[in-house]
Amino acid sequence: MIKTDYKNNILTVYLSGEIDHNRAADIRASIDSRINSIRPKRLELDFSKVSFMDSSGIGLIMGRYRAVGLIGGDLKIKNIPENLSRIIELSGVTSLGVLR
Amino acid sequence: MNYLNEMHIKFPGKSVNEAFARSVISAFVLELDPTIAELADIKTAVSEAVTNCIVHGYRREIGMVYIDAKITEDKRVIIKIRDKGIGIEDIKKAMQPLFTTAEEEERAGLGFAVMQSFMDKVKVSSTVGKGTSVTLEKLIVSVR
Repeated sequence: MIKTDYKNNILTVYLSGEIDHNRAADIRASIDSRINSIRPKRLELDFSKVSFMDSSGIGLIMGRYRAVGLIGGDLKIKNIPENLSRIIELSGVTSLGVLR
Repeated sequence: MNYLNEMHIKFPGKSVNEAFARSVISAFVLELDPTIAELADIKTAVSEAVTNCIVHGYRREIGMVYIDAKITEDKRVIIKIRDKGIGIEDIKKAMQPLFTTAEEEERAGLGFAVMQSFMDKVKVSSTVGKGTSVTLEKLIVSVR
């Protein structure tokens, strides 16, 4: 179950808990089904309730960046908790075009 | 060398056990009183290594994943994570950031880069057809 919110052409997805390889596929499927039905101008991933993330989360971010890009939208990641900032920086996703 | 503590576990390489492995290693290193950041580093590195066993070592089958962990008298934690899967042909290439053989699963190719960045030492040995072993080491400074 993923909480989402859509207004002003922005689809916000509130991620929570631990994001690892085990959970990534389900999260990916539910975000992509919303992207494809809503076709937002922007996708925003809110990480404020995420307690753990490994590189599976980076794969998830890059995959959604491509998915929303295919329909002409962009991706913003926001409310990154302190303990996730290291892996986000290491991944370089923001230099590839993901907004923060 | 004398170890302050050690533990050995094995579990089937099901992805639900990635969280299990992180919990076990957290509990094990707790006696060293790590900071939240140190604990997060270790959990993340272990998660990467265990995920590698599951995604790459065993691919479509489920094999056993082994973790042997030790705590040294000088406050280092040494964690060996291994599988008996397909092995890695070219370790140097496998360790290159962004290289992955599981693109369709949206693997970022950052597993080893994360391990190297979050731990003090990472040692990989592998034999094709026999399996892969990754040894992670970190000094717990616990300065707050």
